[in-house]
Amino acid sequence: MNPLDIMLTALSSLASNKLRAALTLLGIVIGVTAVIVLISLGQGVQKSITSEFESLGTNLITVTPGSSEGDGFGAFFGSGGDEATLTLNDAYALIDPVSAPSVVAVAPEINTWARVEYGRSSDDTTILGVTADYDDVRLYVAEQGEFISPVHVRDSASVAVLGAGISESLFGLRSPVGQTIKLNGKPFTIIGVLESKEGGFFGFLDRNIMIPLTTAHYRLNFHPNSKGEIQVGSISVQAASSEVAGSAEREIRDILRLRHRIVESDDFTITTQEQALQAIESAIGAFTIFLGSIAAISLLVGGIGIMNIMFVTVTERTREIGIRKAMGAKRRDIMLQFVTEAAVLSFGGGLAGLALGGLITMAMNGQEFLGGPTLETSLDIQVTILALGVSIGIGLFFGIYPAMRAARLHPIDALRYE
Amino acid sequence: MSLITLDEVTKIYRMGEVEVGALQGVSLEIEEGEMVAVIGPSGSGKSTLMNVVGCLDAPTSGSYELDGQDISMMSDSRLSEIRGRQIGFVFQTYNLLPRLSARANVELPLMYNSGPDRRRRALDALEMVGLGDRANHKPTELSGGQQQRVGIARALVKEPSIMLADEPTGNLDSTSSEEIMTLLKDLNREQGLTLMIVTHEFDIAAETNRIISMLDGRVVGDSHRDTWASGAEPWSGSARSGVGQVPSPSMEPATE
Repeated sequence: MNPLDIMLTALSSLASNKLRAALTLLGIVIGVTAVIVLISLGQGVQKSITSEFESLGTNLITVTPGSSEGDGFGAFFGSGGDEATLTLNDAYALIDPVSAPSVVAVAPEINTWARVEYGRSSDDTTILGVTADYDDVRLYVAEQGEFISPVHVRDSASVAVLGAGISESLFGLRSPVGQTIKLNGKPFTIIGVLESKEGGFFGFLDRNIMIPLTTAHYRLNFHPNSKGEIQVGSISVQAASSEVAGSAEREIRDILRLRHRIVESDDFTITTQEQALQAIESAIGAFTIFLGSIAAISLLVGGIGIMNIMFVTVTERTREIGIRKAMGAKRRDIMLQFVTEAAVLSFGGGLAGLALGGLITMAMNGQEFLGGPTLETSLDIQVTILALGVSIGIGLFFGIYPAMRAARLHPIDALRYE
Repeated sequence: MSLITLDEVTKIYRMGEVEVGALQGVSLEIEEGEMVAVIGPSGSGKSTLMNVVGCLDAPTSGSYELDGQDISMMSDSRLSEIRGRQIGFVFQTYNLLPRLSARANVELPLMYNSGPDRRRRALDALEMVGLGDRANHKPTELSGGQQQRVGIARALVKEPSIMLADEPTGNLDSTSSEEIMTLLKDLNREQGLTLMIVTHEFDIAAETNRIISMLDGRVVGDSHRDTWASGAEPWSGSARSGVGQVPSPSMEPATE
């Protein structure tokens, strides 16, 4: 039996029950569409986060207290360990052209919460105690006013720089510079407002209020260690270039080990931007696979639908099978006929699902994901091949057993079937 | 050499615990160009005989040669090939595929037995049975007699070594029956088509040239038309007692 005959026979028998064929197809269409859309979504989120991540700083290395083996992402954002093992003096020690030639800037921070009040509005927000280099290292720009200066840090001045988000929610469109807000009841003069990070995903950074590190320590979050030194929550270190990030990491480790007199395990954690990015990417990658797997279940259900319908078809057409066998059809011919029918169903569903999924993917491109990052989605060729391959595979896999049943029918029994 | 040679063929069906000997040692020969009727009451084994001759079923024991090929030991796929090339089936219930046009139905055997000019050969076969103008009709648009003609065209189209017809007129009124029998006789006489008709009707059997009577899985009578002319009864001997009372078609299942 030639391939054209097989194909035409399959198409004509599918056409003889169009509604049933269409419904069976729908199962695969939904499955393939879901797989494509969800994988594209995951990839889109990953792409946009990766590009936003660049805006946080370049060649950044974050040192956090404690030996937490937690994920790089948390450590990178200063929420690593609970132990307070890093001090302001540790941070200053890292600026050392001799011991740490790869380090160009250091920005320690104290991370705390405070109630912020202005007039009748109030809010709970993150307060960052920072030094004057923080804006350079973390790529912040003062949109209005100025950033915290070394003098502010030296004098523990009661000044604050607002993130774009918190500024808007407290002051709306008015300029806050020169106004006084209260942090935990203590007055602070606003000296500047930061430009927004524009990041959907990192939007939370716009709600931070920055004050001099020394002010944070003495007036908001007084936790000196036993020697009376100022504790810091994390230290951001900028390496001279991405090539020397590795050596910068080693230099930091050597200096801190020496200062902390460490012989065995470190009481701090060093995370490079690269590691943090990898941590995020692998987390999103896992999430994407998770989404894809859920979608794949619906594809599987669609496949079972095909199998079910193929069994019905084989039973309904038992007599036809008998006739064909009497006319000289071999087992192989019958087998091919039914497998082809199943494959046509699933491949047709795969194509339709690909088209639909592609359209949705294109529509998602440039949209904000849950009010968060702007998605950069595109139908990538691997996903396309995967979706089509899997859909054909499903047709073959779920079509073979019913087809085998059909092929094995004894012609006499089949002819006698009512 | 005969076209068909059966030697001590048995066919035993197992139905649960019980074994049924549908054929219990049948030996017969059919020559090319013969028109043979196999007659017998239901349960006599005539349908089983047709299935074996038609290569739809392999004998349990004994040997069967078709056109010099030993069929009894063939694989399923070889049997399909033999059916596709050498056997033309005509069924009581026509067994046309309802989706397909008359022409497509006639083309069906050629699909499994690829050759050139399928469409033309199918149309020729339809022409031969007098349905050249009905080629594009669906079976449901044809009368019973016409449907059976399509069935005959489908059996003819591959130019088989033998055509096997199982109660070909069983579902037809007497006028259509006569037409079908006339067509079959013409095909036998003019094209030299070898024909084996399974029936339980004497009238039908009497139209052929040789009658094989069966009872309880055995051949109990085998006579040629020329011997009937000399006065002998075509259904002699013990067959008479079994075949004598022709059962009414409405009481009898179409096939056994």
